[in-house]
Amino acid sequence: MSDSRAAILARIAKALAHEAAADAPEIVQRIEAHARGPLPQWPHSTRERFIEKLEQVVGTWAEVASPAHIAQAVGDYLAAQNLAKALAVAPHPLLDGIIWPEGFQAERRRAVGDDHVSLAVAFCAIAETGSLMLLAGPDSPTTLNFLPDDFLCVLPTNRIVPRMEDAWALLREERGAMPRATNIVTGPSRTADVEQTIQLGAHGPRRLHVLLLQGGA
Amino acid sequence: MKPTSHAFSSNAHRALHDRTLQQALAKAGVGFVDKRRAAIDGLPEFQALKEAGRRIKDHTLANLDHYLLRFEAQVQAAGGRVHWAATPQEACAAVLDICQKSGAKMVAKGKSMVGEEIAINDALEGAGFEVVETDLGEYIIQIAHEPPSHIIAPAVHKTRQQIADLFQNLHHQPGLTRPLQTVPQIVDEARQVLREKFLAADVGITGANFLIAETGSTVIVTNEGNGDLSATLPRVHIVLASIEKLVPNLEDTSVLLRLLARSATGQEITSYTTFFTGPRRSEDLDGPEEFHVVLVDNGRSRMLGGDYHEMLRCIRCGACLNHCPVYGAVGGHAYGWVYPGPMGAVLTPLMVGLDEGRPLPNASTLCGRCEEVCPMAIPLPKMLREHRRQEFAQRLTPPRARWALAAWAYLAKRPELYRLATRLAIKLLNLMSGGKGRFRSLLFAQAWTAARDLPAPQRDTFMAQWQQRRKP
Repeated sequence: MSDSRAAILARIAKALAHEAAADAPEIVQRIEAHARGPLPQWPHSTRERFIEKLEQVVGTWAEVASPAHIAQAVGDYLAAQNLAKALAVAPHPLLDGIIWPEGFQAERRRAVGDDHVSLAVAFCAIAETGSLMLLAGPDSPTTLNFLPDDFLCVLPTNRIVPRMEDAWALLREERGAMPRATNIVTGPSRTADVEQTIQLGAHGPRRLHVLLLQGGA
Repeated sequence: MKPTSHAFSSNAHRALHDRTLQQALAKAGVGFVDKRRAAIDGLPEFQALKEAGRRIKDHTLANLDHYLLRFEAQVQAAGGRVHWAATPQEACAAVLDICQKSGAKMVAKGKSMVGEEIAINDALEGAGFEVVETDLGEYIIQIAHEPPSHIIAPAVHKTRQQIADLFQNLHHQPGLTRPLQTVPQIVDEARQVLREKFLAADVGITGANFLIAETGSTVIVTNEGNGDLSATLPRVHIVLASIEKLVPNLEDTSVLLRLLARSATGQEITSYTTFFTGPRRSEDLDGPEEFHVVLVDNGRSRMLGGDYHEMLRCIRCGACLNHCPVYGAVGGHAYGWVYPGPMGAVLTPLMVGLDEGRPLPNASTLCGRCEEVCPMAIPLPKMLREHRRQEFAQRLTPPRARWALAAWAYLAKRPELYRLATRLAIKLLNLMSGGKGRFRSLLFAQAWTAARDLPAPQRDTFMAQWQQRRKP
């Protein structure tokens, strides 16, 4: 295999007529400049744009006044969808203080195959496309984003950034390095593989519900 | 898969007379075109993004070795491993080795065109592994034992009824019946069947839309969520990616993502855009323990700096397929290998040989729609012409076509003789048509006249008429 590595690199170097190196200064500079390309513009506010785009991809949302109101908002959603009061909850500090009412089965863990509902916290959201960004980690297991039928996600409103480029800046500033998985989630799962007809809930969540937490985390 | 591109002509003939296929193609065609149009009209910055995207790819290709090495170092720093494969055989061997060492039995696969290119499923099944395609389209064609007919919609050639029948036969034991008529019923059935496979799989294989040198991340762009489940639930995650997928950093990726979804499905962004960087960290609650990237060359380093260099800018959106009149008429299978449509007509001869792929560059009127809609501005018609030129130079063109071309070239290089010959031909055809101005039937043109009349040339050649008018 190392022979192939050398052979591929040699063919490329020959075609490009230069020597291969991982730390070529102009390459490192080009990478670290983090230069942005042309940026799409829109007239309304970041929050309005996020909500408009989220609704376009059939995501739903509700406002939550403070972390103390999250349990109520989850309960309202489960009742409206006629779902059992059982959910897998991300071990995220923002969800630490929640007191679940009587009858709720809320477990702080990753998701498993037969979970119907999950609750996680977004790292941030991207207004341009109405997307949530979630970073894999002990406080945000990736399985919560994909296995259950109904995915509920808390989003502090001060974490909505205009574009993907702003999310990268935030990630570099706050985390320094990429987590195992960075998920940009835009609406529920969908497929158009049967006669180009869009059908929600292919393998991932059938529904995506965002809890907009006022004022921020 | 064994290519049948050499038989394009008979493949196409069969496709044109396949009524079910024609129904499926008719349904697909306009949808893709209209959705892309609407998405691009909704983004005034699209042209600027297109130019930026092209510059990113050109720069990365011009420094591909630097970026590959940087990417490799970053994958390793994140705890992953990079395997270099010059050929499909080496790529399959690397994957088999990983699967065997991890003691795997079942492999869950996300959609990967490179996987099709190296025929990874055959290799895995040959070595005794169970392989399950988890993208709905890929799953449908896997159980139908067919290759994909489109690079982003692999089962676009199948009708709903055909899919329902496939599921009925495979999933339903005698006596057990679930309703399987509507699209939601079909999708739900696949969700239930495949969910068990995800949970049981030991290895997950996904493709990659981009590889990021800055972070050592691999990116997948999906709508179903199957790629993410394949990459999260099994113990081992293997990424299959070709070397031209490199981009410098996250900002560059954002530019290309804005172009990709709009050009492919007319979405602004797909449901899931995921960046994988290494295996699970020690404190993580889920994710694979091993993360491998298999870098596949398969002829790409030879394309670099040559006549087909610009083809390496391709981001596999499928817009050229969706807008190609030939693809729209015959579908993807007629092209006889993994990549169909204009991009396939350029790539297939390079990957399976010009001898085998020879008919594909010729099955085009060079109308130029593909180049017009390509988000990476790849000059596809120019490359199809280049294939034809090399075909002629290598004497692969059949004798009759060679003689005809040689005769035409002889005349074209001698203007006086050319004018005389065309004048005579026009007079002759005029005479033969008996002054009716059209032929209902004509020797050597029966394929044309079977369905419509061939107009007979009127009056005289352009040059003759020009001379006539210039006379005072």
